[in-house]
Amino acid sequence: MEHAAQVVDPFVFRLSIFVLAVFVGYFVVWSVTPALHTPLMSVTNAISSVIVVGALLAGGVANVSSGSGWARGFGFVALVFACINIFGGFLVTQRMLAMYKKKAK
Amino acid sequence: MSANLSALLYLVAGVLFILSLRGLSSPASSRQGNLFGMIGMAIAVATTLANHPPADAFAWILVIVGIAIGAAIGAVIARRVPMTSMPELVAAFHSLVGMAAVLVAAGAFYAPEAFDIGTPGNIHKQSLVEMSLGVAIGALTFTGSVIAFLKLSARMSGAPIILPARHLINIGLGIALVVFIVRLVMTGSAIDFWLITIIALVLGVLIIIPIGGADMPVVISMLNSYSGWAAAGIGFTLGNSALIITGALVGSSGAILSYIMCHAMNRSFISVILGGFGGETAAASGGSGEQKPAKLGSADDAAFIMKNASKVIIVPGYGMAVAQAQHALREMADLLKKEGVEVKYAIHPVAGRMPGHMNVLLAEANVPYDEVFELEDINSEFAQADIAFVIGANDVTNPAAEEDKTSPIYGMPVLQVWKAGTVMFIKRSLASGYAGIDNPLFYRDNTMMLLGDAKKVTENIVKGM
Repeated sequence: MEHAAQVVDPFVFRLSIFVLAVFVGYFVVWSVTPALHTPLMSVTNAISSVIVVGALLAGGVANVSSGSGWARGFGFVALVFACINIFGGFLVTQRMLAMYKKKAK
Repeated sequence: MSANLSALLYLVAGVLFILSLRGLSSPASSRQGNLFGMIGMAIAVATTLANHPPADAFAWILVIVGIAIGAAIGAVIARRVPMTSMPELVAAFHSLVGMAAVLVAAGAFYAPEAFDIGTPGNIHKQSLVEMSLGVAIGALTFTGSVIAFLKLSARMSGAPIILPARHLINIGLGIALVVFIVRLVMTGSAIDFWLITIIALVLGVLIIIPIGGADMPVVISMLNSYSGWAAAGIGFTLGNSALIITGALVGSSGAILSYIMCHAMNRSFISVILGGFGGETAAASGGSGEQKPAKLGSADDAAFIMKNASKVIIVPGYGMAVAQAQHALREMADLLKKEGVEVKYAIHPVAGRMPGHMNVLLAEANVPYDEVFELEDINSEFAQADIAFVIGANDVTNPAAEEDKTSPIYGMPVLQVWKAGTVMFIKRSLASGYAGIDNPLFYRDNTMMLLGDAKKVTENIVKGM
């Protein structure tokens, strides 16, 4: 137990990443031009669906107990929802961004 | 694949997501940014499948079928949705993120060994805290977004629904939520987990129903923010840096958009959340003034006057979106430009039902983005313009915001259209706007009202030219 105090809990590392990412987000989002605020919302929607990694873990769990059966079910539905969002979000963003054109000179 | 390698790959995905938002700083770099986002997502999914492959053949089938169904539905929606329906689409997508967060948390709760957070019934306390926050925010985002979707798509009235003692109910539910989160962490029982979910679901409905239609841009940004925080909560549970980074990005993005929207309406975030704006109370204070005569004009008059102007500034609003008048409007602008008239577009931050709504519609109608200006950049130009052409906007041009201290919107930054030589208003009637406030501009000498559907009137003007 003497070494316990020396080891940094992984939670602290995650928290550091989180706090720094909030700051990065703050500065990056302020630099987004107001004309693109709608695509910003649709693309943030798409990327927040990276929660799909959790759905993949739950959906692919080894079926050993009733609990893991439930987890598979929840994971499957979450996977469908997240994928609707990923494909829908990125594609609709792409469709919108393709419309923004400069003046033809 | 080693745990270190996969952690690095998740970090790469997170950085690509940051770049995808960074790309949106200009339309020119935005398409590349979107591509970065897609690559980041592909890396995250591939890494997860390589590092934690589905346990057996059936699980593989489940995963592949799940992705295929989601991809097919998502692709069809993305292709079919009309641009005017973007606000409700975004709200619907938010609800899916919220629900996915709840389901992933439930999956982690029932199969903690797959997530390396303990064994069933014996999950690490810290993971339970993170999980319960993720599930609570996710559930709240889900029902809140469903209500926002129903309001935005007019499947439900946009008017605020005020329950008696709603603040007490909300505070009570909030306290109950905290109590059950504490109990879940202490006991790890499934009942507490589902009670948290149910309370948060109810709270989501109660928080959004009292908020009126005019405040929807704030609501939709706020739910955007919530969906991010929910994802971050789950990211902590999974110890996944891509998810933590993304959650933080999306959370702060939504928060900034909410701030911009509130600022543009001169309202505090708290007053929006408490709700009730845009209902009977505001209408009663604004609509009781005596009716002065308004000058009505015809489309031919408007066509004649505009053709002989040298500078026209177009101010679009939600009415243009409802009438789908953006294409007719661009046609009109093209004809004016042919006559040598300078045409610009002025966009108020809260015009429409979501941030940037008008810009997307104008882009759809092939209006070049360098002709479209934000409030601060164009407000000083109205004084030099011969005509301000207001199509479907109302409250964002209301001079009462600058002149009438008793007005509910006093202090809100507005487009100073009244400084132009002539103001043309396309409106369906002389009724007050979405905020329920009378617009004194309708009755001024230099205002010409063109009553009718925004699209029909614009088409008639085009014919008149």
